[in-house]
Parts: sequence; C-alpha cells; structure tokens
Amino acid sequence: MASIGKIARRTFLVGTAAIAGGVVFGVYKLNQDPPNPLKPGEGEWPLNAFVVITTDGVTVICPKSEFGQGVHSTWAALVAEELDVDWQQIRVVHSPAALAYYNAGLFGMALPGLDYRRGPVAEGIAAFMGKAAKLLDLDVTGGSSSIRDGYTRLRIAGATARETLKLALSRETGTPVSQMTTEGGHVVLGDGTRVSYATIAPLAADVDPPRVGLRDPSTWRYLGRDMPRLDMVAKVTGTAEFGIDVRLEGMKYATVHMSPRRGKMVGFDKSKAQSMPGVERIIDLGDGFAVVASNTWLAFKAAEAVEPEWGPAPYPADTASLWAKVAEGFDAEPHVVARDEGNADRTQDGTEVIAEYRAPYLAHTTMEPMNATALFKDGKLTVWAGVQTMAITRDNCAAALGIAAEDVTVIVPFLGGGFGRRATPDYVVQAARIAKEMAGTPIKLTWTREEDVARDHFRPAAMARMRGVVRDGKAVLYDAHVASASITLDAMEASGGGAPMKDKELVGGMHDQPYAIPNFRVAAYRTFTGVPTASWRSVGASYGGFFFDTFIDEMAHAAGADPLAFRLDLIRPEHEPSAKLLETVAEMSGWGSALPQGTAQGVAFTYSFGTPVAQVIQVSQRGSGIGIDKVWIACDPGVALDPRNIEAQMFGGCLYGLSAAVMGEITFADGRAEQSNFWDYDALRMHNAPAFEVRILQNAIGLSGVGEPGTPPAAPALGNALFALTGTRARELPLIKTFDLIL
Amino acid sequence: MAKQITVNGQSYFIDLPDDVPLLWVLRDEVGLTGTKFGCGVAACGSCTVHIGGMAVRSCQVALADVSGPVTTIEGLGAPDTLSTLQAVWAELQVAQCGYCQSGQIMQAAELLALNATPSDADIDDAMQGNLCRCGTYPRIRAAIHEAARRMGEGV
Repeated sequence: MASIGKIARRTFLVGTAAIAGGVVFGVYKLNQDPPNPLKPGEGEWPLNAFVVITTDGVTVICPKSEFGQGVHSTWAALVAEELDVDWQQIRVVHSPAALAYYNAGLFGMALPGLDYRRGPVAEGIAAFMGKAAKLLDLDVTGGSSSIRDGYTRLRIAGATARETLKLALSRETGTPVSQMTTEGGHVVLGDGTRVSYATIAPLAADVDPPRVGLRDPSTWRYLGRDMPRLDMVAKVTGTAEFGIDVRLEGMKYATVHMSPRRGKMVGFDKSKAQSMPGVERIIDLGDGFAVVASNTWLAFKAAEAVEPEWGPAPYPADTASLWAKVAEGFDAEPHVVARDEGNADRTQDGTEVIAEYRAPYLAHTTMEPMNATALFKDGKLTVWAGVQTMAITRDNCAAALGIAAEDVTVIVPFLGGGFGRRATPDYVVQAARIAKEMAGTPIKLTWTREEDVARDHFRPAAMARMRGVVRDGKAVLYDAHVASASITLDAMEASGGGAPMKDKELVGGMHDQPYAIPNFRVAAYRTFTGVPTASWRSVGASYGGFFFDTFIDEMAHAAGADPLAFRLDLIRPEHEPSAKLLETVAEMSGWGSALPQGTAQGVAFTYSFGTPVAQVIQVSQRGSGIGIDKVWIACDPGVALDPRNIEAQMFGGCLYGLSAAVMGEITFADGRAEQSNFWDYDALRMHNAPAFEVRILQNAIGLSGVGEPGTPPAAPALGNALFALTGTRARELPLIKTFDLIL
Repeated sequence: MAKQITVNGQSYFIDLPDDVPLLWVLRDEVGLTGTKFGCGVAACGSCTVHIGGMAVRSCQVALADVSGPVTTIEGLGAPDTLSTLQAVWAELQVAQCGYCQSGQIMQAAELLALNATPSDADIDDAMQGNLCRCGTYPRIRAAIHEAARRMGEGV
C-alpha cells in the first residue's frame, strides 16, 4: 500500500500544473478552492486537501513546517474538533508543494493601517486579502501566521469531511443525516449502530461536499485544551526524522565551503584533498566547492584540505564600515513613514529626550545545521529538506538546474529549528547542483557549523534615532527614525523581481504599538549594505521592540514616572487588552513591592504579529556577575487553542530574544563574519537561563500567532531591569558590552 | 583500520579510518540517526551518548578510542518501551523542535544515574554543556526533578 507520504510526492505535479495553466487568474479565482492535489493509494481516501481517511484512522495534511512551534498538533486538533476522531487515530503528514496550501494568514496581516485597531470588519478584509496569497502560491511557514491561516479553514475541512461521510452513508442506507451522530471515527446511527469512517470513505468519492457550520467554541473538546503533541514521543526516542536524518539506498555524503565573503571563488587547489580517504568528487560551484565522500566526516576533513582563494566581499569589509553604511540610510528621504499622528515637527514644551540605539547583525544558529538530501534522476529532481517554503525551494532548484518546476519534488521532514533561516533555501539549491553532477546517486549535503554561521543570512543591523518629549508625567511626542534593511524587498530584488511597495516591517514592533501619544511618528529608512539578510524570529520587531520600548522606559524615567504606570496610562486609551496584560504582569511579579538589596525589575511591552505581550524581568547582582532570575510573561492571542504549547512558545521566544540580547552579535573583518561556532556565538544555557511564569489572556479580538511575539519584549525588559539595577542605560546590543552578565 | 564496537547491545564491524568520530560512525555507518550533529567541537551536547555508562560527546571520540559499549538514545527506550526519563519528558511536553533532545536526555540520564536527587545547582552543572535554541530549559529542569522523584519511588 502506498503511504500518503509517497502519494504527496507523486501528486506534486498537480499543484504546479495548476499554476502554470493559470497565469492570469480571474477575480473569481479568489473564492474558488484550488484542486485537491492528493492522489490516494489503496486504503486511503482524501475527502479534501487536508483530510485523508485511512484504514486505521485519519491522516491530516499539514503544509506548515514543524520546527518546534507545535503546528502539526494544533493543525490536527482543528480538524479533529469537527471530524470527531480520537487523538490516537490521527497522523500528520507534511503536504506536497501545491496551490491548495497557500498561506492566507500571512497575507491577511499585510493590511494598511494599524493592526491593533482592527475590528471585526478589518478581520473580514484580512480574510479576503489572505486569499490573494493563493494567487501567488505563497506557502511560507512564518510570520506567526500558521494558525491564523488554519483556524477557520481546518475546522471547515474537518466539518466538511464529517458531513460528507454522513451524506455518503445516508445515500447507501437511506437513513437521514439528521438521525446520525459522529464519534471516535465512526458515524453512529439512531439505533446505536457504529460505522467506521474507513467503511464509508470509499463510498464518499462522488459526494458533493456540503456547506457546513462550525461548532460553538463552548462545545470544544480538543481546542482550548493542553493536547499531547503528536511528535513528542518520536522526539524523545530519537526516531523523529529531521532533514539531516534522511537515508537513501546508495547515498553519498557531501559538504560545501562557499565563499565566507559571499563573493566568487577565484581559484582552488584540490590536489591534497582528492586523495584523502573516502573522497569521491570535488566539485567547483563557482562561489565555492563541494566535496562528496563516503561519510560526512570524511567530506568535512577533505574540504578542510582544499585550498580556495576567495574573491572580495560585495559589501564593506568590516563592522565599522558597515555601521557607517547603515547610518548613511538616514541621509535619504524615509522609505516609508509608517505612522504619523499629530505633528512631530512642531516644538513641544517639556523635557526632551534624545537617544541613538544600535542592534547588531545576528545569526540564527538553529540546532540542526543547514542540510539537504537530493536525488537527480531521469531529468527530475527530488529534494528532502527542512525548509520554511516549499514553493520557493522548488522554483529556486528548478532555476538552478534549468529544469521545469514540475520536475522538482520537495519533501519536508522535521526541522531542527527554523527561526526564519530556513526560508532561504540556498543549501537545498547546493544539494540539487551536486546531485545533478552525480546524477542517479542520492546526495546528502551537510554544512559544518562553521559554514552555517559564515553563510547565514543575518538579521540585519539596525540603528534608531529617537526624540521624545514628556510633560506633566506624560509623553507628548514620540519621534522614531530607524535605518535598516528591507528583508522582503532585498529578497524580491535579488531574484530579479521587485514591487513598488513599502516595507513597514522595517519598523516592525514600532509603528504598530498601542500608545496614545498626540504627536507620534515612526519613519523607516532603507539601508543597502549588501550583507545577505533574512527574517530572524520576529523580523523587524526583533530590534524594533528593543528600540521602541527602551525609549519609552527612558521617557518614563525623564518624566519621573513609574515605568509600568507610565506605559499603562498611554496604552489604556488605545488598546484595553494590552492594558490588562500590563496589569497582569504587575500582579504576577509583585511590581512595585520592595525587592532584596541588589535586585531589580524591568518591564517591557511589544505588540507584534497581532499578539500583545508584556514581560517583567528580574535581575540580581550575584558573586559571579549579574544574573537573570525570573521572567513573568502575559500574552493575549485572542483565542488560546493549546495553552501549554502557547506557554512553551512564550518562554522559548523570550529565551531566543534574551540570548541575543545578552551576547548575540555577528561582527565582520576582512569581509567575513568573525564568529564561527557556539564557542564564540553562544546562547543562554541551563545555568544562566531564568525561571518563567506565563499567563495567557483572551481579551483581544480575533486569533493571532504565538511563535514570534514572545521575542521582541525580551531585550528591552532585560535592558530596563539592568537600568533599574545599575542606573546605566545600554543603547546598544548585546548587553554584555555594557554589563557584567553571567555567561 | 577496522574495529568492532557494541552499540545498544548489538555488535558492529566498522571499516573506517581510526580518527572518524563515533558520531559519524553512528549516523552514517550504523544508521542510528537519533544522535545529532550540532557543532562538531563539543560545544552543544547534541551528540551526547553513553560509553560504558558515561556521557560523552560522540563528536570528540575517535572510533579507535571507543573503549566500551555504546548506548544511544535509541538504546535508552523505544516509542513502545519508554524509559522513565523519556516518559516524563513526553508527559511534560519538554521538546519543541526536538533536535537537541537526544543529547539532553542522555546527559540527564547520566546525571540521574550518578545523583538520584539532583538539586537545581546540580542540574545547572550537569546540563550547561547542552545547548537548546528553542529554550526548553525550564521544562528540562522540571522533567529531571520529576523523573528523580518517580525513580526514587521505583515508579
């Protein structure tokens, strides 16, 4: 029996054909479902693009990459809630690349105006806008958009499948649908007879899926509960298959050294390496080389023995020159003024606060280094790779090999971390190119950690020039100017595209903050350093959250106000759910009560990806340095589908932000990143990570994601706590440059 | 040079150069991929296995130096025969991406074998060589305490 995994691969063709055949979509296409790309094998009955009934349960098709955020499990719960299947009967399989799996959630966020002011009407527009993603075949897992995308769609898929099964059984038996209920993967008739879905599914193929309503949340049994993650047992037994674990018959192992200066390889001497044990091929890739061997480590060793000559970097060669280039961004007119209320140019009476901030380049350092497995055979390519976008991976591989997109199959195993890095599939294209050179032989490409750092696409460096005025304890002017790279426009332009659009993500975590300040401007200036950049957990808000909130803290201090009360006064008139979060963390942390000598707390708040998050961090002076004791987090995703998983995302997101805030920095010399591995690009560990307490509120309108919003408030909350402890204000990250933090 | 090694109670005859690290013997030759490559320089702990019951970074142990029976995460317990530690790990929903978790669990297993009731400070000392970028530390700590409690009760 063919497994649905294999089916997913085989039927990949359908999705791409739909695109090729539909270059110009009519508007009607917006409301039409793309064809179901699943072609079943024996014992498998797909009822729609997301639900496949099998002989032993239900397979849920998930187009979202699983990299720890738990999306496979919540995706399954959305289906199960309507379909009435037991949790043990569910299996989740990653989807093929196909039009049916467009991400409506991501596009839905790209609305004009301020996200936090959205109401039910704007939600409707967002849903409509989201459908535009279908036209672009946009399947990115990112932007904390997965559940926003799947929340309604998946419940409809489950409900439609359920009602289709009932209709099929009704047609067969004559029993009216109204006398049927469903439970545990069975349709139950009035007399108690139970008929399994697998029995009915073969009869359902030609049943027209009916229109369905969705169950009231008050009746939910899976959603809103702590569900055991479906990937958990595999992940505690070493049996979960990550990209790096793919094993194929006759496979060879490869590694690459690409120019650490991101330019060309002028030449290379492979004579020593060629005769080393296990080495099969050394391949010139133009801007680097690949070694193919019989074992990954033998490939690593041989690659070290190759002597390449690297051309110059296409960007300023050292950190100081790069900062000068970033600052040049301010010389031009703003790329976009993302918020402009009142008159930020008018002189205001009061106390003026002026500050300049910097946030450095950062690497992602997912625990699983970049890798991909590829097989090129009979003019067709199959790649197995942990990626955050199947469509771009497919198209980039096809372009690199000069073959048609429909001749590329992308299979996505588990990802050992993503954080935005795996939305750039450069490593998959490399594997594809090596596989083409070794046609017929499966090739597993594994990067060393050193390659992973050197050839990362970095979180861009950013600089902020801030001016504020406080009067009578309140902010009357907030004027922020930020220079950084536009990750999205850079990527579009690099691939020969481009659009006359403005990228507000450049000031993510800044313009969209619910603060009632009468004169409020946030201006973005685009920089062009030439350093390859990419989204990094929370994108613009990863630095914007630090800039915005730290400056609020500075203004609170200038106003002589309590930092939390100062925020609360400004936020309450704009967004009540956010105000409640501040009150909640105040209560959780005992804000304002007396603390032991040498202990202090800082607060921060960021609204990002639709989810407001408040954090209080407590630090203390210890014998060995300053330690981070505890973090209290309150968040509001509107609807909490899996509280325990949301808690994990909140403290995990915070820790990712804290690691960078404490010690994260990529510097450049001689055109190369100076860091290379965890010994010089480390992160928080068991001994210096704080304790956490998380509370989830559900007052916000709609439903929003949780993968990223925990990250932005981490750096400012820590910096503000350190200010409270020491009286020193750090305006530059990482904080280890200013404070004696425990490493 | 060829060498015989024992992994999870099974004997393997490995024909690779002496200096190939155990990590790459396990992953590419034996085919046990539960042990992960993270850094190659003993800085992350993802490749932690036991040799003769002691936790070691398999990326730093040359094939020629494998001096005792090797236990990997697959040898600790399979999905239908979870060890207490793995069962607690799953129950507390510790893993996120899961990539570092084999190493974390193998390190924690050694800790509990040496110290049946580890304090927070003991956990800090034993576990700080194991990096997790998802930030699962709070639940790892909770899982070690809970596993210690159950193992102490003989559960």
